[in-house]
Amino acid sequence: MEYSAEKLQEEKVFKDPVHRYIHVRDRVIWDLIGTKEFQRLRRIKQLGTTYLTFHGAEHSRLSHSLGVYEIVRRIVDDVFEGRPEWKPEERLLSLCAALLHDLGHGPFSHSFEKVFDLDHEHFTQQIIVGDTEVNKILLRVGRDFPKKVAEVIAKTYKGKLVVSLISSQIDADRMDYLQRDAYFTGVSYGHFDMERLLRVMRPREEHAVIKQSGMHAVEDYIMSRYQMYWQVYFHPVTRSAEVILTKILHRAKHLYEAGYEFAQQPHHFYSLFKGEVTLADYLKMDEAVMLYYFEAWEEENDAILKDLCTRFMNRKLFKYAEFHPSNSQMNKLMELRTLFKKAGIDPDYYLVVDSSSDLPYDFYRPGEEEERLPIHLLKNNGEIRELSRESEIVDAISGKRRTDHKLYYPADILRDESTKKNIKKQIRTLLELSD
Amino acid sequence: MFKDHANIINAISTAGEISGRKKLQKIVYIAKKLSFPFHEKFQFHFYGPYSEELTLRIEELCEMGYLNEVKEKKAGYYQYCYSITDAGQDFLSIQEVEMPALEACLLDMNEQNARFLELVSTVLYFDTLEKEEVTEKIFTLKSKQKYTPEEIEEAYKYIDQLKTKAKPNGCF
Repeated sequence: MEYSAEKLQEEKVFKDPVHRYIHVRDRVIWDLIGTKEFQRLRRIKQLGTTYLTFHGAEHSRLSHSLGVYEIVRRIVDDVFEGRPEWKPEERLLSLCAALLHDLGHGPFSHSFEKVFDLDHEHFTQQIIVGDTEVNKILLRVGRDFPKKVAEVIAKTYKGKLVVSLISSQIDADRMDYLQRDAYFTGVSYGHFDMERLLRVMRPREEHAVIKQSGMHAVEDYIMSRYQMYWQVYFHPVTRSAEVILTKILHRAKHLYEAGYEFAQQPHHFYSLFKGEVTLADYLKMDEAVMLYYFEAWEEENDAILKDLCTRFMNRKLFKYAEFHPSNSQMNKLMELRTLFKKAGIDPDYYLVVDSSSDLPYDFYRPGEEEERLPIHLLKNNGEIRELSRESEIVDAISGKRRTDHKLYYPADILRDESTKKNIKKQIRTLLELSD
Repeated sequence: MFKDHANIINAISTAGEISGRKKLQKIVYIAKKLSFPFHEKFQFHFYGPYSEELTLRIEELCEMGYLNEVKEKKAGYYQYCYSITDAGQDFLSIQEVEMPALEACLLDMNEQNARFLELVSTVLYFDTLEKEEVTEKIFTLKSKQKYTPEEIEEAYKYIDQLKTKAKPNGCF
C-alpha cells in the first residue's frame, strides 16, 4: 500500500479540551506529529506574553496545530466528502498543511521577529522543504508533496479552496484559536457554534461558502473574533510585557554590537545578532531557552538589560497612558523624551509607543488593496451573496479598522524621588501620573 | 524611534504623491526587495504581496498629521492619494533617513501603473523560482489579471533596470 493511503491499525485519539478528541487514522499525520520539529511547538506558547495577564494562557502552538488539523479533518471527511466540487486527492494535502501551518513560529514570535527581522512564514517553508524530519516524511508521499504543502501555507497553491480552509476570513485556523484561546484564558467571549458552521459549509471551486441558514452562526463567529481581539489579544497589560520583551532583545543585540562582555554568554543568540540565522540555529530557539537567558541576565552588569529582565521575569511591567497620534501628542512625546534623558532614563528603552489594530471583517473593493477573501453565503435559490450584503450586523463593522495606541513607561522609576526629583515630577505631570 | 515611520514618509515625499493604496503597497514591497531598509512584513494575499503593517503605519502617519490622504473617485471605485504635509516635512527634517539611491527607483516606479507594479512585485515574490515556474504561477494565481508572456518579460527587464538604479546605494 502506498504510504499516502496507509492507515493506522487502530485510530489514535488525543484528548482535547476544545474538540474533545483529535482523531488520527492516517499514518502520514501520525508520523508528522512525532517529528522533532512538530514537538518543538510544545515549547512555544500560542499566545506569547498573554499568560502574564491571563494566567491560564499557557497552551502551546502544538495543541493549536492539532486543533486546526482536527477541524480541517472534519470539514473534508464529514462535510466535503462526496460533493462534486471537492477533490478527494487534496485531502491529505489539506490535513498536512493544517497540521504544519504554524511550524516556523519562534519563541514569543511577535517581538522575536521584529527585533531580528525574521519571518516565521519563511521558516515554516524552510522546515517543510529543507533537511528536516518533517520533510523526509512528506517526501515519502511524493517528490512534489513538500512543495505543495508549503505552497498551501504560503497561499500560493493553485487550488484556492484548499488554501481558504487554512487562510481566509472563516478558516480552521481562526475557528480553533478563538475557541482554544477563550478556553485557556477563561474569558466568556470567543465561543460560537462551530458544529453549526461546519454543517452549513459547502465547497466551491475557489472557496467554501456558507448556506444562508447558517448566517447567524457566522455573525456570532465574527463578533466573537472582534471581542477576542480587543479583550484578549490587544490587552494593554499583555502589550506591556511584549514591549519589555522587545526591549530586552534590542538591548542584548545592542550590547553585543557594542562589544559588551556578557557574564552569561548568549550562545543561542549569536547568529541572530549577526543576522546569519540558519535553520538549525532557528530550531534550537524556543521559549524555554529564551527564558533561561532572561533569568541569567538578571545578574548582568548592564543596568538596563538587568532591569528589563527582572521586570519581565517578575511581572513588574510598564504602566501606560492613552496616546492618540497627532502633531501635538508627538510634540509632547518629544518633550518627554528630552525630560527622560535629563532624568537619566533612556527613552529608547523606557518610553515606548505601541499600536494595535484590527479589521474585524472586510470584503474586496475594486482598486483597493485589502484584498481579503470575503465570506460568501449560499442562498436557497443557488445565488451567492457576499456576507455584509445580507447581514446588517456584519455590514455595520465591515471595513472599519479599529486602532489603539498606548504610551508605556516605568511608573515605579518615575515615582522614585531619590534622584532627579524635579525632572521626574515634570514627567509625571506631563503623563498625568499621580504621585 | 519612529525610524520605520520616517522611511515611509521619506518615500512618499520623494515620490511627491502616490495615487492608490495598491500602488503604495507594491512600491514599498519592491523597494524592500531591492534591499532598501523597509521593515514592514509582507505576505502573499490572494492577489499579491501585501502588508497589514504598512497599512497600519500609513494610517498612523495620517492621524499624526504627517501624511495627507485624499479620497478620489475613479471610474466605478474610490482611490486614496498620499502626499507629505508641512508637519511631515518638519518631522522628516529631524530624522536621519539615508537612502540616496531610492529616489531614482521611486520616481521610476511611481510612473508605472498599479497593474504593472502588481506584476513586478509578484515576480519578485517568487524570485527563488525558475522563470518558467514564475510564469506558470502568474498565469494560475493571477488569471483574472490576464497578464501576457510579453508583460512578464517586461517585468523581468524592469526589475533589472531597477537593480541598476539601486546599485549606487550599494543596496543590491
